[in-house]
Amino acid sequence: MTIPLQIIDLSKAYDAKEAVRNISFKVNENEIIGILGPNGCGKTTTIGMILGLLKPTKGKILINGIEIEKQRVKLLNNLNFISPYIELPKKLTVKQNLEVYGRLYDIKELRNKIDYLCEKLRLNEFINKITGELSSGQKNRVSLAKSIINDPSVLLLDEPTASLDPETGDFVRSFLEEYQKEKRTSILLASHNMAEVERLCSSVLMMNKGSIIDQGTPQELIKKHGRRNMEEVFLKLTRNLI
Amino acid sequence: MNLNKMYGLFLRHFYLIKSSLPRVLDLIYWPTIQIILWGFISKFFSIYSDFYNNTLGIILTCAILYDILFRSSISFNMLFLEEIWSRNFTNLFIAPLKLKEIIISLIFTALIRTLIGLVPAIILTSPLFGVSILKLGLPLLILFLSLYIFGITLGLFVSSGLMRFGPSFENIAWSSLFLLAPLGCIYYPIEILPNFFQIIAKGLPLVYIFDETRNILLNGLVNYENIKQAYLLNLIYLIFGIGLFYLSFLRARVKGTLMNMGE
Repeated sequence: MTIPLQIIDLSKAYDAKEAVRNISFKVNENEIIGILGPNGCGKTTTIGMILGLLKPTKGKILINGIEIEKQRVKLLNNLNFISPYIELPKKLTVKQNLEVYGRLYDIKELRNKIDYLCEKLRLNEFINKITGELSSGQKNRVSLAKSIINDPSVLLLDEPTASLDPETGDFVRSFLEEYQKEKRTSILLASHNMAEVERLCSSVLMMNKGSIIDQGTPQELIKKHGRRNMEEVFLKLTRNLI
Repeated sequence: MNLNKMYGLFLRHFYLIKSSLPRVLDLIYWPTIQIILWGFISKFFSIYSDFYNNTLGIILTCAILYDILFRSSISFNMLFLEEIWSRNFTNLFIAPLKLKEIIISLIFTALIRTLIGLVPAIILTSPLFGVSILKLGLPLLILFLSLYIFGITLGLFVSSGLMRFGPSFENIAWSSLFLLAPLGCIYYPIEILPNFFQIIAKGLPLVYIFDETRNILLNGLVNYENIKQAYLLNLIYLIFGIGLFYLSFLRARVKGTLMNMGE
């Protein structure tokens, strides 16, 4: 069976500075892998390379067994991404945004798809509102809808619950759990919320200064480092390395 | 190429314009002011200049044609800038769109924006100044297309810069056309320029387009040599512009500018 996402010996350098150094990992079908590390450790650069926004200096990224550098546009049909640092066009209504992105991903029976997303993510109450006028939680749900509009086989989540209130954060996490079970999606989650990582991820990659410094299930890492939770593991690993 | 995807990108900008009256008014406002201003200047020259005697609309017609170039280029640039300002740039480039689909969609969208801005201004010239650009007849279409292609080409150059260097390139997006205006010989024949600038100007399709416009209005004849020369130069610049756009995308992927757009 082909692996949805496989990273082999991946590096990215900007002139003399190495942002990512020889990292390798894979995300199997129906698996959520967490990618953790302090700011500037190379998480976003790694995600950027997987999305085809950055050209790796060295190494390979395989999506469903095909190298992204060889068939970037075709493979982007199988990927999607959500991040609080990018937004959907603010002046368009929620419905218009979903229609635009549905077309960009060439979704068949788009109306049914939008109805499905509206029901699942509770968008109906503000579907005709201007996206820029929504609350953070509502915007997050719209971005989430955009990120699964193409039923991606690989979904990349960059801090998907950052700046959300606890109720909305919990709604998003529960939705992701349910969605992943239903669609058997492979998810790579970059997050600074350690409780979220413990809850969602079957395995965790710890990054620092562009390299993977440790990996395992959250329980394995907690036990290995003799700590009570992932937050303490994170602090131990990052502080020891500074 | 996928029409549905290209239509999606068109809709993204169409919805933006449709939902905002200030945006529509902004599109119409500047061409209208420009054309009214040149209308009065043209009227003054037609009364006091021998060169423009009996050709009341010559400057005004050239002003309208220059605005086609200006609006088409700015419209193309704006489509890119809108994505940067709305922090939607990354979403666009992670969607499964080929670069040629992006270019074609933006070319068509820029045409709609250009026409929204120019048609009301063109309609105004007839009752206000008794001048109709339609008097150019069929050659108007050929001149319009030539200017539109060059406007899009300039848009491709600037968008390539935006992709490669990020939002800091924005100021060049606004000023690029003003640089070409004196060399384009919009309102005067090329002989007015000093010799050195004449050499540069001859490398621009604008010189041939505006020379031909004046020729048609003054003599009522079409010199197809000028038109051929303009299209040949347009083709060369367009191919170069598309090449530069592709190259800038590749360089942006190496340098990482696609990741940090919007700041």
